[in-house]
Amino acid sequence: MSGGFTYSHLVYLVQSIGWTLVLSALAFVLGGIGGFAVMLARISPRRWLARAALVFIEAIQGIPLLILLFIVYFGLSVYGYQVPALVAAGMALMVYSSAYLGDIWRGCIEAMPKPQWEAAECLSLSRWQSLRLVIIPQAMRLALPPTVGFLVQLIKMTSLASVIGFIELTRAGQIINNSIFQPFLIFGLVGVFYFLLCYPLSRWSQSMENKLNVSNR
Amino acid sequence: MFSLDFSPLLPYWPTFLLGAWLTLKMTCVAVFFGLILGMAVAFAKRAKVPVVSRLCIVYVEAVRNTPFLVQIFLLYFGLASIGLRMPTFAAAALAMTINIGAYAAEIIRAGLESVPRGQIEAAECLGLPKWRIGWHVMLQPSIEKVYPALTSQFLLMMQASAIASQISAEELTAVANTVQSDTFRSLETYIVVAALYLALSLLIKLIAWAIGEHVFKRRRAIRLAAKRAGKTPPDQQRIDTVIPGGAA
Repeated sequence: MSGGFTYSHLVYLVQSIGWTLVLSALAFVLGGIGGFAVMLARISPRRWLARAALVFIEAIQGIPLLILLFIVYFGLSVYGYQVPALVAAGMALMVYSSAYLGDIWRGCIEAMPKPQWEAAECLSLSRWQSLRLVIIPQAMRLALPPTVGFLVQLIKMTSLASVIGFIELTRAGQIINNSIFQPFLIFGLVGVFYFLLCYPLSRWSQSMENKLNVSNR
Repeated sequence: MFSLDFSPLLPYWPTFLLGAWLTLKMTCVAVFFGLILGMAVAFAKRAKVPVVSRLCIVYVEAVRNTPFLVQIFLLYFGLASIGLRMPTFAAAALAMTINIGAYAAEIIRAGLESVPRGQIEAAECLGLPKWRIGWHVMLQPSIEKVYPALTSQFLLMMQASAIASQISAEELTAVANTVQSDTFRSLETYIVVAALYLALSLLIKLIAWAIGEHVFKRRRAIRLAAKRAGKTPPDQQRIDTVIPGGAA
């Protein structure tokens, strides 16, 4: 049977965007928490902790997300935990994004001028207080554009969850394509949907970046 | 209780090495052609003809805002549906070239924009032909400036090549998929492959560093001079923080 592309196919595709968004949000929130912890460890005065965070970041950045996904998925299942694909994908994406976000945010924190730390210390703020009250509020401005840029990467990366059978936009496209085989139309449409999700975010990130650069120059 | 057992994988190590070699080969092919494409697009984007620069913007934005997986499906299955069947390796390498071309174009464009206007004008005053201005005055210094960003992009591309296993192109991940279905040691297989990818990234970093030291002699000279003067070398890598990388 090879019918044409019908309205119900389109509805199926559009509905699956929801799952792409759910997975992206899950990965971003969890990865944000993980990334914050990695960032804290990375700038920690304890040498071993900073070293461990560095090794974690380097290791994760050297491994493809696809392999990470397989390790989490198969790793959980051989130890007897049959988790839904959403959980496995969410965990893999969390590990992956916490390494990248941790690295991005570390860069922003370290870009803050040293006197800010010293001034905070003179006001007898503790290290945590000066980080929370002085450094982070200023670093946020710097961190927002690359963070949004990473969010775009993350949305695109959720497409890999299709490999372990999680039905999101790409997987839905594959399923429809398997039944009617019109790859140009279907994957073109899938691409357009991703573009509609990502492009506004990219533009936003870019415009914030430009604004920052003007004020810094 | 399950325990990790790597011994069933021992007979497969030549297969793993072959996979790693194929991944490296695919990446090198894509980086070579992608870099050429990227340079061309970066220049074309500055073209005075609106149609050309508009087209380049569409290309770059389309690639940068869609997943690599969808691009590779579109290319491989799409071309197959209109009767153009190509080997999976070629399809994967082509998809990677197109992908890397867009990212490289954006990075090189940022480099080109950082070339001071005065230098181009000076070159024009000296009567240099157009291609020599483009090559010597604009492209070479800007490549030198964005070199770190470019190499990290290539590194990301090497990792993205894992996605090519989805159209069953022969490379490291595809090899892993075969091995794990032969041995039923899925977790161990993927741990080994992860280690191999890590080794490959280190190798590529090393190669990139060596090429950088060899090609950009000026950088070495600056560092040497700074060392002699007892100062730390100037930080000229500011530009690579501007461009968000990432493939996938």
